[in-house]
Amino acid sequence: MAQDTHQPLGGELLTKPFLFLGLLFAIAVYFLVTRFIFGLGSVTHLNGGYPWGIWVVVDVIIGTAFGCGGFAMALLVYIFNKGEYHPLMRPALLGGLFGYTLGGMAVIFDLGRYWNFYNLLLPWYAQPSSVMFEVALCVMAYILVLWIEFSPAFLERFGLTNAKRKLKRFLYIIIALGVLLPTLHQSSLGSLLLVMGSQLSPLWYTVWLPLWFLLTAIAMGYGIVILESTLVTNAFKLSSEQRILRKLSPIVGWLLAAFLVLRFLDLLARGQVAPMFAADMNALMFWIEILMFVIPTVILISPVRRIDQRQMFLAALLLLGAGSLYRINAFLVAYAPGNGWSYFPSAPELMVTIGVIALEIMLYLVFVKKLPVLHGTRPA
Amino acid sequence: MDTINDAGIDFASITKQELDSYEGALGGLTRREFLKYCTGIAATMGLPMTAGLRIAEAAITKTRPPVIWLHGQECTGCTESMLRSYHPTLEALILDIISLDYHETLCVGAGKQAEAHKRKVMEEFHGKYVLVTEGGTPTKDGGIYCKVGGKPHVEHVREAAEGAAAIIAIGSCASWGGIQAAHPNPTGAKATYEVLPGKTVINIPGCPPNPYNFLSTVMYLLTFAKPPELDQENRPKFAYGRLIHENCERRPHFDAGRFALEFGDYGHRQGFCLYKLGCKGPETYANCPSIGFGDLGFGAWPIGTGHPCFGCTMKETGFNKPLHALADVKTFSPPTAFPAVDADKGQGMTPAAAAVAAGVGGLVVGAATTAMRNMGRSADDRDAPDNQDA
Repeated sequence: MAQDTHQPLGGELLTKPFLFLGLLFAIAVYFLVTRFIFGLGSVTHLNGGYPWGIWVVVDVIIGTAFGCGGFAMALLVYIFNKGEYHPLMRPALLGGLFGYTLGGMAVIFDLGRYWNFYNLLLPWYAQPSSVMFEVALCVMAYILVLWIEFSPAFLERFGLTNAKRKLKRFLYIIIALGVLLPTLHQSSLGSLLLVMGSQLSPLWYTVWLPLWFLLTAIAMGYGIVILESTLVTNAFKLSSEQRILRKLSPIVGWLLAAFLVLRFLDLLARGQVAPMFAADMNALMFWIEILMFVIPTVILISPVRRIDQRQMFLAALLLLGAGSLYRINAFLVAYAPGNGWSYFPSAPELMVTIGVIALEIMLYLVFVKKLPVLHGTRPA
Repeated sequence: MDTINDAGIDFASITKQELDSYEGALGGLTRREFLKYCTGIAATMGLPMTAGLRIAEAAITKTRPPVIWLHGQECTGCTESMLRSYHPTLEALILDIISLDYHETLCVGAGKQAEAHKRKVMEEFHGKYVLVTEGGTPTKDGGIYCKVGGKPHVEHVREAAEGAAAIIAIGSCASWGGIQAAHPNPTGAKATYEVLPGKTVINIPGCPPNPYNFLSTVMYLLTFAKPPELDQENRPKFAYGRLIHENCERRPHFDAGRFALEFGDYGHRQGFCLYKLGCKGPETYANCPSIGFGDLGFGAWPIGTGHPCFGCTMKETGFNKPLHALADVKTFSPPTAFPAVDADKGQGMTPAAAAVAAGVGGLVVGAATTAMRNMGRSADDRDAPDNQDA
């Protein structure tokens, strides 16, 4: 596989959409400054019952799942030794790089006493049986791994071929870690909910939460690869990657089908049929979520449908939506601390999350235009 | 010290029958209850369960070690506290496990008769008896401020310490000098260890100390013929190794900033943390919150009943630091400002937030629809060589 054919796209950087994203980011910065001066309460609707709001759920938990493109592709490209998917690897890694780095940053926004953060790294304060500790260390390690995995792009850009050759010698260790670490912490994000016990609706609370989180994270990682590839190849008129993407579809489709079947079997085994059909918010959200999982599953499995670029795009969108909704449901909708607590994000809180996503897209554009990330060439 | 068990007990030779035959002599405890008690003692000291059996074996030995118990400047609170222990009862302890040969509160004999018996025991069991001191020892003017049998207490202590196998100072007075040693200390009161230079004195401080800390120490001495692990103040670590603050049931209130500010105020009635009333729990090493007092179970200890700890097990705290002075917090100091006790349980959806959320939703759906409309049904339209797969 001629991997050195990655090329920077070039082109104008300060386009109108880019400036619009910049404006969104500026609004987020304004609210973040407010948050760091006047505290969490001045910007967010977080309260004693809901200490985790959308900054954690969207920016960190969903953000890192969106960042699983690199993980999902690494799993397929290296573990199954499918060299032919290699062109998809770098853009996927880039998505992961931003998803995780910004997710890690967003944690700082959400920490009430962020100045104590360094204590996490002091071994004498370590609490190795804490899920949160595991997630924190694992995510930090993975951010580092992602930057190393992505570093050949920088080295190529600046012509450091010697350094790149040396890096390649031990890159396989980094790649192995790049598969191991997300497996650990994506499942641990589900384990975080295990301690919530009866505060979580039985429709979501199960001992299988870690596995569900891992499976949906892999599916979302694949979804983001399809989405990114489709958008970029269309927008920049690059040669299509549909043909190779398509081959991965059945694998992910059957993975999702297995997830859905297991999920319902688990609900039946726990005798939780009644809550599925209760006339409440939980049941409604549950069925919306299930529907959003079923449609992409059908598209990905069906040989006729997955040829259609539009249907694949829809499948990718729904997959990301379903995975995100699953996380929002599990962490916010299905989570009821009781005692009359309620939570809906405030407008400034939403603007911060939107700004972080805007920053992510801006950085992606900068990187693909300036660094050798994308593989395709513009057809003549 | 190592002579306590020199009476030639062969642990291996003690059979179940022998243990059973001892039932009647164990203060009415059945064999099962007795073994449970011994295992409990082992657990109190953090010893393995098998140590319970060794303690049981040591406890039924026929040659009970003699104990001489001297009272100095004190209120007899430590003895009163001992009298209220129920496993075992004090009579089981002094009649069956040890041989309490001299104790000014509990002696049957009195006056010269009691003193003569004490001297006889000290000669007969020289090097084998346990000396327990309760109360401070006055030293000013030759120690004349506390006399027994016409002789200053300090001389009794020095005399008895000569032939003692082990010396235990029970209570804060014997351990540190106690209330009479506080400023201005008119009688020159001192701790037992201060009047016995060169001797190892096991301190069981407390006002009064928990009887089980004393009993467990005695049982340990009987079983292993050596003192339990001691800290730098010669207190057994099993009882004085942890701060009260670490195991206090009111600790969550401390961490959350919920303090009682006056006796009887709202916080006090709600059982909030007593730190701001001068509770010395954060600087006091003792196991009070874990074992409680008077066999009443959870919560039967000073802080449990709503009174700040006054640090009786600490040399520099109890009787020396003002009752309502703030403790020196050895772990994490409370911040000066805490978040408000949250009355607001969620603001609900604001119109602005709803607008932003709806805007995002609309943008995503709109952008996705536009993108789908603009792209061909098949990407391969644009890229002929890929068509082979379609």
